[in-house]
Amino acid sequence: MARTPPVQSPPPDRGDATGSWLYNPAVRGAAYQVALAAAVVLILYEASTNAIENMRRLGIVSGFGFWNAPAGFDINQRLISYSSTYSTYGEAFWVGLLNTLLVASAGIVLATVIGFVVGIARLSRNRIVSFLAACYVEFFRNIPLLLQLYVWYNAVLRALPAPRQSLSTADAVFLNNRGLFVPAPVFGEGSGLLLVAAVLACAAIAVFGRWARRDQDRTGRQHATGLVSLALFAGFMALGWFAAGRPVTFNVPDLRGFNIVGGLQIYPEFVALLLGLSIYTASFIAEIVRAGMLSVSRGQTEAAYSLGLRPGITQRLVIIPQAMRVIVPPLTSQLLNLTKNSSLAVAIGYPDLVQVFMGTVLNQTGQAIECVVITMLVYLLLSLLTSLAMNIYNRRVAIVER
Amino acid sequence: MTSAAQQAGQSARHLGGAPVIRMIDVHKWYGEFHVLRDINLDVARGERIVICGPSGSGKSTLIRCINRLEEYQKGRIIVGDVELTNNIKRIDEVRREVGMVFQHFNLFPHLTILENCTLAPIWVRKIPKKEAEATAMRYLERVKIPEQAHKYPGQLSGGQQQRVAIARSLCMNPKIMLFDEPTSALDPEMVKEVLDTMVSLAMEGMTMLVVTHEMGFARQVADRVIFMDQGQIVEMNTPTEFFSNPQHERTKLFLGQILH
Repeated sequence: MARTPPVQSPPPDRGDATGSWLYNPAVRGAAYQVALAAAVVLILYEASTNAIENMRRLGIVSGFGFWNAPAGFDINQRLISYSSTYSTYGEAFWVGLLNTLLVASAGIVLATVIGFVVGIARLSRNRIVSFLAACYVEFFRNIPLLLQLYVWYNAVLRALPAPRQSLSTADAVFLNNRGLFVPAPVFGEGSGLLLVAAVLACAAIAVFGRWARRDQDRTGRQHATGLVSLALFAGFMALGWFAAGRPVTFNVPDLRGFNIVGGLQIYPEFVALLLGLSIYTASFIAEIVRAGMLSVSRGQTEAAYSLGLRPGITQRLVIIPQAMRVIVPPLTSQLLNLTKNSSLAVAIGYPDLVQVFMGTVLNQTGQAIECVVITMLVYLLLSLLTSLAMNIYNRRVAIVER
Repeated sequence: MTSAAQQAGQSARHLGGAPVIRMIDVHKWYGEFHVLRDINLDVARGERIVICGPSGSGKSTLIRCINRLEEYQKGRIIVGDVELTNNIKRIDEVRREVGMVFQHFNLFPHLTILENCTLAPIWVRKIPKKEAEATAMRYLERVKIPEQAHKYPGQLSGGQQQRVAIARSLCMNPKIMLFDEPTSALDPEMVKEVLDTMVSLAMEGMTMLVVTHEMGFARQVADRVIFMDQGQIVEMNTPTEFFSNPQHERTKLFLGQILH
């Protein structure tokens, strides 16, 4: 986009000769700014001296010395090795952060997928489909998220049977009130070959995609890129699987005594939080998607139809690209909301950053300022990174005007 | 407009053969509202028809039925040798052969001018990109804006956008062109450039149905002028007869209001 050249600034306003400088807007503007700055400085000064005084009275030494002190408490869900006997507060921080990232990223993917499906379903010409989508949106959008989390956790997942009465499929998958137990893959010798196969498959898909586009440019033929990609991936993986001599075995969960042993345990807290966040946020995303699709004028569809384009191609090449520029900015805020709302984990005991670090660690160490500042910075950083990524994407889909 | 165009419009031409569009007893309702009443119209190959009438008289609806942007409840419409039914294949077949130009251009704002023109040829006619681009450039030259090919619609004036819209339709190599008030949304100084493009298209023998209030255009190029009111074809005549000797009271009233 061409920028307009900067406007030549007018000569500075010297006020009119008869009036007082009190009536000069420039002077007034400066005065307000000075007053505001002074107020901010005063508040910061009061807050910090107050905090320092309080800490002195309570005998808390500020600083980050606690970071390497032993934590001495347990966390059930951990993506890195952690134990109450040897791990530090710093490691507890990383466990909490990774748990937040896990539930937020899974939630972002799930909420976006559900949101798009429901949003498009609500525009369906099939009355039943659009009615169901509308019910979904109005129901989940209008109930507080905290309440939904309690329902998912207490009414749905806690109500599952005890381990001995687990719901199980093929004696390999168990569902009970301690969570979902699935076979855990154990990567044996030669597993690296699978990774190589996956990389090769992706490369082959990329090459095929490029060839397909070039071939269409050259001859006009269209190719079923999606189907071929799927086949390529499956083929390469199967080849790698057998070439490496079936390297992956599964650690199948097993009922022993009163508990399930082995396998991969997915905790009910995680499932409840993931479902709650995704389903709640998806109801907002659905409305954003619907608004985006409706923002593209009817004339665009008519023009595409009058050129002979089929409805599917019209959606893909004409409507959705234009809807995306309307959808992306509010979608970004919803994804940020989801990430920040994941801190409601505290309510159902999912060990996320807030529960671990601002809860247990803060309580044990009393380092309130350090813990709060670090946690706030983490969320700030996460949000800024998310919006940066979305802004880059948004710039790519923006429409050139003038 | 050129005198050549006038000759093309006024000269008696042989418009024989089977009609390319046949509308037989077509009726359409929007709920209770009877928008089209008993429309019977045969259009010969190469014929230019101008449709006028007060707003809400059903003229846009009529031409939008021809490429099935509107459904109709009664009657038959046959385009070329394809009868429009609820069969999707037939609707596609008709839409491929019938181009349409809209009042508000409806260019795709996220695509360049060139991409606007090549989208349908590539995805519908499955033409190689290079070839589609060459065709598009030829038509953009015809509407006199090849230099804008790599700009976006938002960067063009209204008149230029409408000429691109005409070129975009022509890229599909249609046998029939429908124009739905193509100059109504334009600033006055841009009307002429669009009408000139339409006149030159008419001179090449394109079959055209044009909904417009540009009576000068009707006089110059139309073979027949149709006057519609309240969903009916009230009067249909050659331009000379239509303007100098209108038969119906409603036509006289309408012409009195728009001709000064």
